[in-house]
Amino acid sequence: MKPPLIESRKLTRILDGEVPATLVSEIDVSIAAGEFVAITGPSGSGKSSLLYLLGLLDIPTAGEVLIDGRATSKLSEEARAQLRLETLGFVFQFHFLLPEFSALENVMLPMRALGRLSAAQMQTRAKDILGSLGLADHAHKRPDQMSGGQRQRVAIARALANDPLVVLADEPTGNLDTASTAQVIGILRTMIAGEAGKAVVVVTHDTGLAAQADRRIHIVDGKVDQPPVVISDVTD
Amino acid sequence: MKGALPLVFSIAWTHVRSRVRQTFVGIFGVAVGVGFSVMMAALMEGSQRDFVTQLVDSLPHVSVSDEQRWPPRQPADIAYEAAEIHGLTTKQLRPGIKNPYAIMASLEAWVPGAIAPSVQSKAVIRFAGRDTAASVTGVDPRREVNVSKLSTQIRSGSLENLFKASNAIILGSGLARKVGARVGNSVVVTAGTGRTISATVVGLFHSGVAQADDGQSFVLIKTAQILAGQTGLVNELRVRVKDVLSAREIAHRIEVETGYKSLSWQEANEDLLSALQIRNLIMYTVVGAILMVASFGTYNIISTITHEKTRDIAIMKSLGFPAGTVRRIFVVESMMIGVAGVLFGWVLGYLMSIGMAQVEIKSPFMDTTHLPILYSPTHYAMAALVALTASVIAGFFPARKAAALQPVDIIRGAS
Repeated sequence: MKPPLIESRKLTRILDGEVPATLVSEIDVSIAAGEFVAITGPSGSGKSSLLYLLGLLDIPTAGEVLIDGRATSKLSEEARAQLRLETLGFVFQFHFLLPEFSALENVMLPMRALGRLSAAQMQTRAKDILGSLGLADHAHKRPDQMSGGQRQRVAIARALANDPLVVLADEPTGNLDTASTAQVIGILRTMIAGEAGKAVVVVTHDTGLAAQADRRIHIVDGKVDQPPVVISDVTD
Repeated sequence: MKGALPLVFSIAWTHVRSRVRQTFVGIFGVAVGVGFSVMMAALMEGSQRDFVTQLVDSLPHVSVSDEQRWPPRQPADIAYEAAEIHGLTTKQLRPGIKNPYAIMASLEAWVPGAIAPSVQSKAVIRFAGRDTAASVTGVDPRREVNVSKLSTQIRSGSLENLFKASNAIILGSGLARKVGARVGNSVVVTAGTGRTISATVVGLFHSGVAQADDGQSFVLIKTAQILAGQTGLVNELRVRVKDVLSAREIAHRIEVETGYKSLSWQEANEDLLSALQIRNLIMYTVVGAILMVASFGTYNIISTITHEKTRDIAIMKSLGFPAGTVRRIFVVESMMIGVAGVLFGWVLGYLMSIGMAQVEIKSPFMDTTHLPILYSPTHYAMAALVALTASVIAGFFPARKAAALQPVDIIRGAS
């Protein structure tokens, strides 16, 4: 059987400090291909921290994250960066585009860092992705010349640049109006989770977005809570 | 297309190009540092060189005179280990260097440079009823041109004119003014020995040093010998060496070989040279301090630019850019700013040096001169090296710090 795309085992993250803060405690989750998973929970519950750990943006204090079956805790900084580049795509609440670069250049950045395609192929692929997100006309605009929704779509395009296995999104609709929100959710659903072998993990407050997910992981105080699905079934 | 360039360079270039204000401030900061360093170094070392040149040129590099450094040892001193001597009467020696031309010939065999004989004597110059004391130096014009700048300092007439009259004399410009004589006048020269000749003024010289211009005159060796009342007298050999810094060693060797006191310009100016060492120390301290201050300016500006990019560093790292690549981007960026700053700084420094060289200094004791400026590639290279090092360090350390962070630390802070 194929391993899950992302799997965590007893994942724990404790922030050092005078008073150590436990962000995430002994979490076991697994993200399978084709899934659209929402991580929900109250503010400060550790849901974003969990996402960063799953996305190798942070190093767990204890436990293990497996990407496509490979353990990552022993990997070097460079190897983790390479793994992020090849297999993961990120979308944050703030678009986090590089302000000096056009939309097209921003999308091409991860491709150029990976360096697998020729310059011409990168151009074509970046234009295709932007085009499929309805941004063909905005390819040469810089982030400050675009609306919030457009920027977030460029950020999604950039996350898709290297054809990742999993896209991890942290409150991707947190700063968007309803129309843009619907658009972004639609893209995440159809463009990524719809494709064979891919998965999307979204951290969100937005019940509308969470409702679209195949599965919800509810985090409270750094631990996996009872799935809210069950609770809603009971109230029905 | 930019995609063909290496990623690091194209990202660095985009940053530098699109952040016009920052880039301009950075380049300007580096340029000012480099420019002022260059200008100050040119001024400091220029004045230093000027000072030494004046010292070296005001006297022969080595002057061999008919004096002895120590009184001759008495026979009793030589015969016994201890001797007490009373009531010595000084013996009157015939003045002058013995066999001067033989000594010159033997020195010319090994001394790198030129040698000229001269006769020093004191005299009173009388013209139109006014008496003025002056040194009268007998020179050989054909040899003198090789050992002193006298021939270039002649204002009216020429050194060769000494041959044109039977008793020709060249006066210092100040001396001529004091006695009121002009070229063509006849002056009466009375030597210390009491001999008097009538001499024709055939030229005036102006060295710019008041002491020489007001009290020095030149005649032919033959004329000076007549004044001294001693034919064949030569009491000073002037030596001009090729390498002025070797004058001390050469003087020492001449003294050992001939037994006559030979004075190098360094020995003659010992007090000034020790002052020069202090000046040297001051110069290096000042230039060093300026380079330090300039490099701090460079460091500040470039590290600020890098700090402002901390978020971008986190973004690039989260995308999966290796830390090394991110670091290199900022080092390359600061190098671009550094190199551009250095180039502008060179131009700025050069222009400021030219500007400083226009400044005139008027002094009652010397001719009007300009600020001495030394244009030395070493200064430019040194300023560039320090500025580039400072820029690279200023790019490297903040970038390394930012790149060493887990991107999540910055993303957490931002959201």
